[in-house]
Amino acid sequence: MKKASIILHSGDLDKAYSALIIGNGALAMGLEATLFFTFWGLERLKKGKLDKAKLCRRNLFGLGRWIMKKKMKKANLASLEKLLKNYKELGGKIIACEMTMEIMGIRKEDLREEIIDEYGAVGTFINEAKESKINLFI
Amino acid sequence: MHSDIKVDCINQICPIPLVETRKALRKAKEGQVVEVIGTHPASKKEIPMAVKSLGFKLLKIEEREKGFWRIFIKKIREEEE
Repeated sequence: MKKASIILHSGDLDKAYSALIIGNGALAMGLEATLFFTFWGLERLKKGKLDKAKLCRRNLFGLGRWIMKKKMKKANLASLEKLLKNYKELGGKIIACEMTMEIMGIRKEDLREEIIDEYGAVGTFINEAKESKINLFI
Repeated sequence: MHSDIKVDCINQICPIPLVETRKALRKAKEGQVVEVIGTHPASKKEIPMAVKSLGFKLLKIEEREKGFWRIFIKKIREEEE
Protein backbone atom coordinates (compact mmCIF):
# COMPACT_ATOMS: atom_id res chain seq x y z
CA MET A 1 0.00 0.00 0.00
CA LYS A 2 1.18 3.55 -0.73
CA LYS A 3 2.25 5.65 2.21
CA ALA A 4 2.74 9.27 3.31
CA SER A 5 5.29 10.25 5.98
CA ILE A 6 5.18 13.67 7.56
CA ILE A 7 7.64 15.24 10.00
CA LEU A 8 6.09 17.91 12.20
CA HIS A 9 9.10 19.91 13.38
CA SER A 10 7.28 23.17 14.06
CA GLY A 11 5.15 23.86 17.11
CA ASP A 12 3.06 26.50 15.32
CA LEU A 13 -0.72 26.28 15.14
CA ASP A 14 -0.95 26.72 11.37
CA LYS A 15 1.70 24.06 10.75
CA ALA A 16 0.01 21.57 13.06
CA TYR A 17 -3.13 22.12 10.97
CA SER A 18 -1.20 21.48 7.73
CA ALA A 19 0.28 18.24 9.05
CA LEU A 20 -3.04 16.88 10.33
CA ILE A 21 -5.02 17.94 7.25
CA ILE A 22 -2.51 16.31 4.91
CA GLY A 23 -2.38 13.20 7.11
CA ASN A 24 -6.16 12.91 7.08
CA GLY A 25 -6.27 13.54 3.34
CA ALA A 26 -3.76 10.78 2.68
CA LEU A 27 -5.75 8.30 4.81
CA ALA A 28 -9.02 9.34 3.16
CA MET A 29 -7.53 8.63 -0.25
CA GLY A 30 -6.51 5.14 0.79
CA LEU A 31 -2.86 5.69 1.70
CA GLU A 32 -1.19 4.80 4.99
CA ALA A 33 0.08 7.76 6.99
CA THR A 34 2.78 8.35 9.58
CA LEU A 35 3.24 11.56 11.57
CA PHE A 36 6.60 12.02 13.26
CA PHE A 37 6.47 14.65 16.01
CA THR A 38 9.88 16.17 16.71
CA PHE A 39 11.47 19.29 18.28
CA TRP A 40 8.84 22.02 18.72
CA GLY A 41 6.29 19.77 17.06
CA LEU A 42 6.52 17.38 20.01
CA GLU A 43 5.08 20.15 22.24
CA ARG A 44 1.76 19.51 20.50
CA LEU A 45 1.69 15.94 21.82
CA LYS A 46 1.96 17.08 25.43
CA LYS A 47 -1.21 16.69 27.48
CA GLY A 48 -3.56 19.63 26.86
CA LYS A 49 -1.16 21.41 24.47
CA LEU A 50 -2.52 20.59 21.01
CA ASP A 51 -4.71 23.68 20.69
CA LYS A 52 -2.38 25.97 22.64
CA ALA A 53 -0.01 26.77 19.76
CA LYS A 54 0.89 30.19 18.40
CA LEU A 55 0.75 31.29 14.78
CA CYS A 56 4.06 31.22 12.94
CA ARG A 57 3.50 34.75 11.60
CA ARG A 58 1.45 37.74 12.68
CA ASN A 59 0.79 36.24 16.08
CA LEU A 60 0.84 39.81 17.51
CA PHE A 61 1.07 38.65 21.14
CA GLY A 62 -1.95 36.42 20.72
CA LEU A 63 -4.19 38.89 18.87
CA GLY A 64 -3.39 37.38 15.47
CA ARG A 65 -4.08 33.94 16.87
CA TRP A 66 -7.43 35.13 18.22
CA ILE A 67 -8.40 36.66 14.84
CA MET A 68 -7.30 33.51 13.00
CA LYS A 69 -9.30 31.29 15.36
CA LYS A 70 -12.38 33.42 14.70
CA LYS A 71 -11.88 33.11 10.95
CA MET A 72 -11.39 29.35 11.24
CA LYS A 73 -14.55 29.04 13.30
CA LYS A 74 -16.53 31.13 10.82
CA ALA A 75 -15.34 28.94 7.94
CA ASN A 76 -16.27 25.88 10.05
CA LEU A 77 -12.76 24.45 9.99
CA ALA A 78 -12.46 21.37 12.19
CA SER A 79 -10.50 21.74 15.44
CA LEU A 80 -7.07 20.14 15.78
CA GLU A 81 -8.58 17.72 18.31
CA LYS A 82 -11.22 16.60 15.82
CA LEU A 83 -8.60 16.20 13.08
CA LEU A 84 -6.42 14.16 15.42
CA LYS A 85 -9.36 11.95 16.41
CA ASN A 86 -10.22 11.31 12.75
CA TYR A 87 -6.57 10.67 11.95
CA LYS A 88 -6.39 7.94 14.60
CA GLU A 89 -9.77 6.50 13.69
CA LEU A 90 -8.65 6.04 10.07
CA GLY A 91 -5.54 4.19 11.25
CA GLY A 92 -2.94 6.97 11.12
CA LYS A 93 0.31 6.26 12.94
CA ILE A 94 2.02 8.63 15.39
CA ILE A 95 5.69 8.48 16.32
CA ALA A 96 7.16 10.62 19.11
CA CYS A 97 10.81 11.60 18.75
CA GLU A 98 12.85 10.03 21.56
CA MET A 99 15.83 12.28 20.93
CA THR A 100 13.69 15.38 21.45
CA MET A 101 12.36 13.85 24.66
CA GLU A 102 15.93 13.44 25.94
CA ILE A 103 17.04 16.94 24.95
CA MET A 104 13.98 18.72 26.27
CA GLY A 105 13.57 16.51 29.33
CA ILE A 106 10.12 15.30 28.29
CA ARG A 107 8.89 12.12 29.96
CA LYS A 108 6.42 9.65 28.47
CA GLU A 109 3.88 10.60 31.11
CA ASP A 110 4.01 14.24 29.91
CA LEU A 111 2.74 13.06 26.51
CA ARG A 112 -0.59 11.66 25.37
CA GLU A 113 0.62 8.08 25.43
CA GLU A 114 -2.74 6.66 24.37
CA ILE A 115 -2.39 8.12 20.86
CA ILE A 116 1.32 7.43 20.34
CA ASP A 117 2.04 4.21 18.43
CA GLU A 118 5.80 4.26 18.69
CA TYR A 119 8.75 6.09 20.25
CA GLY A 120 11.78 6.38 18.01
CA ALA A 121 14.53 8.51 16.54
CA VAL A 122 15.83 9.15 13.04
CA GLY A 123 16.22 5.47 12.15
CA THR A 124 12.55 4.80 12.88
CA PHE A 125 11.54 7.71 10.69
CA ILE A 126 13.84 6.74 7.79
CA ASN A 127 12.39 3.23 7.95
CA GLU A 128 8.94 4.72 7.37
CA ALA A 129 10.10 7.35 4.86
CA LYS A 130 11.99 4.97 2.59
CA GLU A 131 8.75 3.16 1.81
CA SER A 132 6.70 6.33 1.36
CA LYS A 133 5.61 7.97 -1.88
CA ILE A 134 5.02 11.25 -0.08
CA ASN A 135 7.56 12.67 2.38
CA LEU A 136 7.03 16.05 3.97
CA PHE A 137 8.87 18.19 6.49
CA ILE A 138 6.68 20.78 8.16
CA MET B 1 -31.14 6.53 -6.10
CA HIS B 2 -31.03 3.99 -3.28
CA SER B 3 -28.32 4.27 -0.65
CA ASP B 4 -27.45 2.18 2.42
CA ILE B 5 -25.42 4.77 4.31
CA LYS B 6 -25.95 8.54 4.23
CA VAL B 7 -23.21 11.03 5.12
CA ASP B 8 -24.19 14.64 5.79
CA CYS B 9 -21.30 17.05 5.10
CA ILE B 10 -23.35 20.19 4.60
CA ASN B 11 -21.31 23.29 5.57
CA GLN B 12 -18.24 21.14 6.32
CA ILE B 13 -14.98 22.18 4.68
CA CYS B 14 -11.71 20.43 3.81
CA PRO B 15 -10.76 17.79 4.88
CA ILE B 16 -13.93 16.68 6.72
CA PRO B 17 -16.05 15.61 3.68
CA LEU B 18 -13.17 13.41 2.44
CA VAL B 19 -12.60 11.98 5.91
CA GLU B 20 -16.29 11.31 6.60
CA THR B 21 -16.63 9.65 3.17
CA ARG B 22 -13.68 7.41 3.95
CA LYS B 23 -15.09 6.51 7.37
CA ALA B 24 -18.45 5.57 5.82
CA LEU B 25 -16.78 3.47 3.11
CA ARG B 26 -14.83 1.60 5.76
CA LYS B 27 -18.04 0.79 7.61
CA ALA B 28 -19.95 -0.20 4.46
CA LYS B 29 -20.15 -3.85 3.41
CA GLU B 30 -19.34 -5.07 -0.06
CA GLY B 31 -22.12 -4.11 -2.49
CA GLN B 32 -23.51 -1.29 -0.34
CA VAL B 33 -24.01 2.26 -1.59
CA VAL B 34 -22.77 5.33 0.33
CA GLU B 35 -24.41 8.67 -0.34
CA VAL B 36 -22.54 11.87 0.56
CA ILE B 37 -24.32 15.22 0.67
CA GLY B 38 -22.33 18.43 0.88
CA THR B 39 -21.73 22.04 -0.08
CA HIS B 40 -17.93 22.40 -0.17
CA PRO B 41 -16.98 22.87 -3.87
CA ALA B 42 -13.47 21.34 -3.70
CA SER B 43 -14.83 18.18 -2.07
CA LYS B 44 -17.19 17.62 -5.00
CA LYS B 45 -14.10 17.25 -7.18
CA GLU B 46 -11.96 15.44 -4.65
CA ILE B 47 -14.31 12.77 -3.34
CA PRO B 48 -14.41 11.20 -6.85
CA MET B 49 -10.58 11.31 -6.86
CA ALA B 50 -10.51 9.48 -3.53
CA VAL B 51 -13.05 6.91 -4.79
CA LYS B 52 -10.82 6.17 -7.78
CA SER B 53 -7.73 5.95 -5.58
CA LEU B 54 -9.55 3.54 -3.23
CA GLY B 55 -10.73 1.39 -6.14
CA PHE B 56 -14.47 1.77 -5.49
CA LYS B 57 -17.17 2.68 -7.99
CA LEU B 58 -18.51 6.20 -8.47
CA LEU B 59 -22.18 5.74 -9.40
CA LYS B 60 -23.43 9.30 -9.72
CA ILE B 61 -22.76 12.97 -8.95
CA GLU B 62 -25.78 15.25 -8.93
CA GLU B 63 -26.30 18.93 -8.19
CA ARG B 64 -30.00 19.65 -8.36
CA GLU B 65 -29.62 22.95 -6.52
CA LYS B 66 -26.56 25.10 -7.16
CA GLY B 67 -23.85 24.52 -4.57
CA PHE B 68 -25.59 21.52 -3.05
CA TRP B 69 -24.23 18.21 -4.31
CA ARG B 70 -24.84 14.50 -3.77
CA ILE B 71 -22.35 11.76 -4.59
CA PHE B 72 -23.19 8.04 -4.72
CA ILE B 73 -20.42 5.49 -4.26
CA LYS B 74 -20.59 1.72 -4.39
CA LYS B 75 -18.23 -0.38 -2.31
CA ILE B 76 -17.44 -3.00 -4.93
CA ARG B 77 -14.87 -4.97 -2.95
CA GLU B 78 -14.01 -5.75 0.65
CA GLU B 79 -10.86 -4.16 2.05
CA GLU B 80 -8.03 -6.09 3.62
CA GLU B 81 -7.29 -4.92 7.16
